[in-house]
Amino acid sequence: MRAIVTVIGRDRVGIIAEVSGALARANVNILDITQTVTREYFTMMMLVDTSGFAGAFSELADSLDECGERLGMSIRIQREDIFEAMHRI
Amino acid sequence: MLNINEIIETNEMIDRQHLDIRTVTMGISLRDCSGYDAAETARRIYDKVTRSAAGLVRVCEDIERELGIPIVNKRVAVSPIAAVAESSDAEDYTIFAEALDRAARELGVNFIGGFSALVHKGFTRGDERLIASIPRALAETERVCASVNVASTRAGINMDAVRLMGETIKQSAELTAASGGFACAKLVVFANAVEDNPFMAGAFHGSGEPECVINVGVSGPGAVKTALTAARGQPFDAVAETIKKTAFRVTRMGQLVAREASARLGVPFGIVDLSLAPTPAAGDSVAEILEEMGLSSVGAHGTTAALALLNDAVKKGGVMASSHVGGLSGAFIPVSEDAGMIRAAQSGTLTLEKLEAMTCVCSVGLDMIAVPGDTPAETISAIIADEAAIGVVNNKTTAVRIIPAPGRHVGDTVDFGGLLGTAPVMPVSGGESGDFIARGGRIPAPLHSLRN
Repeated sequence: MRAIVTVIGRDRVGIIAEVSGALARANVNILDITQTVTREYFTMMMLVDTSGFAGAFSELADSLDECGERLGMSIRIQREDIFEAMHRI
Repeated sequence: MLNINEIIETNEMIDRQHLDIRTVTMGISLRDCSGYDAAETARRIYDKVTRSAAGLVRVCEDIERELGIPIVNKRVAVSPIAAVAESSDAEDYTIFAEALDRAARELGVNFIGGFSALVHKGFTRGDERLIASIPRALAETERVCASVNVASTRAGINMDAVRLMGETIKQSAELTAASGGFACAKLVVFANAVEDNPFMAGAFHGSGEPECVINVGVSGPGAVKTALTAARGQPFDAVAETIKKTAFRVTRMGQLVAREASARLGVPFGIVDLSLAPTPAAGDSVAEILEEMGLSSVGAHGTTAALALLNDAVKKGGVMASSHVGGLSGAFIPVSEDAGMIRAAQSGTLTLEKLEAMTCVCSVGLDMIAVPGDTPAETISAIIADEAAIGVVNNKTTAVRIIPAPGRHVGDTVDFGGLLGTAPVMPVSGGESGDFIARGGRIPAPLHSLRN
């Protein structure tokens, strides 16, 4: 299943390392990354493939929530379908 | 590949503009639950509802988590109980409302609709018993919703039913006087009721529906309002286009959720209801969309035109986004559930008369309106008759959900809590309608040619 991870918050050292580490431990493959920093705010979007993750989607979401708390940022994971539905015909 | 702005835009609509799936409603046929013994029938109803909808809440919660979009309500609609209960020996149908209430609690759904009767042309024995049971059934249960269809474009208006519903509403209010007449918030009187409406309190599972079905109601007034702020000062062509685009996106989300829920529950997908349903939360208001179009307050002259545009554009935008559209589809204008409507009703800008005019061009009718507790039953019946006439003549659904709040007067407010909000008590006309309602009989169906 393809999903979008969004990371939003104040910029700091090690955001990508922390998030990609969490994803690697969950055996989730990163397919693409886009990021920008505007006025100290860091916004990153990752397209990931979760098919290698053995647990339920909610467990993955929980582990990213914890990762977000450690970083003091908002991290969420959503299936790609919701964005496709909204923005592509 | 999606771009980052699209992702951010979607999440902002969800986080800041209250975009959500308002309800996933499972329709369940209870036709096979009929029987002579009332207790046995009630048991069959409970068993069938809890068995059919066992996975509903869990599946919706999984979808919420995976897509990151809130599904605010999970609900159940059943076959009109008047028909299911008719062959039983029960005189009082409260026993069936209690079975539905227990089932709803067991499932974790906040409302269950279908304590209903369709009497637009006349009553069967079951219909009469059901209507007589409504006040007690609603007062003694928590989650059950009732509805009665009193008119249709093809049958005309059953004025005996209209009279009866005025009395029923008064009794329901009096039995729940301590909570401001709360039972009336769970009771809808319809003209041209639809069989696949997922929204409460008027949802029921119609006779042309399959065994079990998933219907989804979307929402998103906040998203429409935010989109319109970008079109400030532009002509109405641009306003309509903007609303259409937003409605399209919102509906696509509804269609996705409906498809997922249907597949996971193994239940056919019925319809997506393209409605803008407000909540009392700030920024989740239909009134504020109308105000964004240039009105100082909803209720000002121009409101009906603004609402007509909004209602039409929502449908045009949404229709292409879903494979099957149905339900009530349009803009809802429940007074107590919309912060902008509450404000306007309190300031006197929004009156019952203006609301009645608005119902000619939007999806439902006089919804969640509190009136003084001493309003006579005949006046309430007359309000229903007016609203039914609008529906019947214009070939649309109209409804009345009105609360004659016991002991309350114009200027008071009634707090129902949660999504049902706070209703300012609005004045009704001082004229009397008693002799008009006492006539009874039927107002014939309107002519469908020579239209003007």
